[in-house]
Amino acid sequence: MSLMPLFFYLFSVLALASAVLVIVAKNPVHSVMFLIFAFFNAAGLFILLGAEFLAMVLVIVYVGAVAVLFLFVVMMLDVDFAELKSGFVKNAPVGLLVGGIVLAELALLFLAQDLGVSGQSVEAVADGIAAATAPVLPGEGLTGGAPVAGEVLTNTEALGRILYTKYAFFFEVAGLVLLVAMIGAIVLTLRHKDGVRRQSIAEQVARDPKTSLEVIKVAPGGAVIPTGDDAP
Amino acid sequence: MMEIGVGHYLTVAACLFTIGMLGIFLNRKNVIIILMSIELMLLAVNINFVAFSHFLGDLTGQVFTLFVLTVAAAEAAIGLAIVVVYFRNRGSIAVEDVNMMKG
Repeated sequence: MSLMPLFFYLFSVLALASAVLVIVAKNPVHSVMFLIFAFFNAAGLFILLGAEFLAMVLVIVYVGAVAVLFLFVVMMLDVDFAELKSGFVKNAPVGLLVGGIVLAELALLFLAQDLGVSGQSVEAVADGIAAATAPVLPGEGLTGGAPVAGEVLTNTEALGRILYTKYAFFFEVAGLVLLVAMIGAIVLTLRHKDGVRRQSIAEQVARDPKTSLEVIKVAPGGAVIPTGDDAP
Repeated sequence: MMEIGVGHYLTVAACLFTIGMLGIFLNRKNVIIILMSIELMLLAVNINFVAFSHFLGDLTGQVFTLFVLTVAAAEAAIGLAIVVVYFRNRGSIAVEDVNMMKG
């Protein structure tokens, strides 16, 4: 697995570079594109860590939904983005100062603390993930029963086994969060324009022949003159 | 080549987090870039979670990452909806113009 470090550095450097370009790009559309690229590289890092399911979720949910949502909004709003960029140089010193302080703090934290996990090799722990999920499961009543010793669980399957059992409540709460977000976004952006003809489903359903049909006796040689609502 | 440990991933995540924070400071006017910077910071947090999940052999970190992704998606949707409504009302998305509530 000598390719592992190579790919790690590739994905990390590309992710960090595109993250820098996200915040310095002049055109917000380019920012969104670089954000997408950063997410792709982060997905690559996730795959290196053996989290295939999260990598796929990152690509599908982020690149497919969130980043495209950003793209929609950037393109929909008619904003002079060059004007918005004007404070960039002015804010740069304080921004770099705060950024440097935070980075120094994080570096100090990493250096000061023994993380206690650095000794393990990647391959040894990759098997450990599958093994670690086994005790979590009650075994009985689950589809397929308790995992047999030595059975290889894919990342997705292992994640599903604990997500739908141990974390089922939190999973449903997450769904509720998304529902509230959806309703909130709709309520915020919905607007009723005057003068737009809308479909009134209740009225359509409530129609019956008595109110919508009118039988008119036409005398021979006579004409029907439209009256009321049907008048053009 | 040297073995990739948890420290490498944490370093990448720390740099990503710092870049995200830098983005908030540098683009103080543009709400959309600020939202993207927040996404970058959440991504850095997710990398931390997944890295620890991998090196500790515990899937809980990945489950939590899933929830962070959920909340981040909800936050992006609501944030962008607010930006759209704000732009409709004021014709601008500059953060400095957000002073209608005199806060």
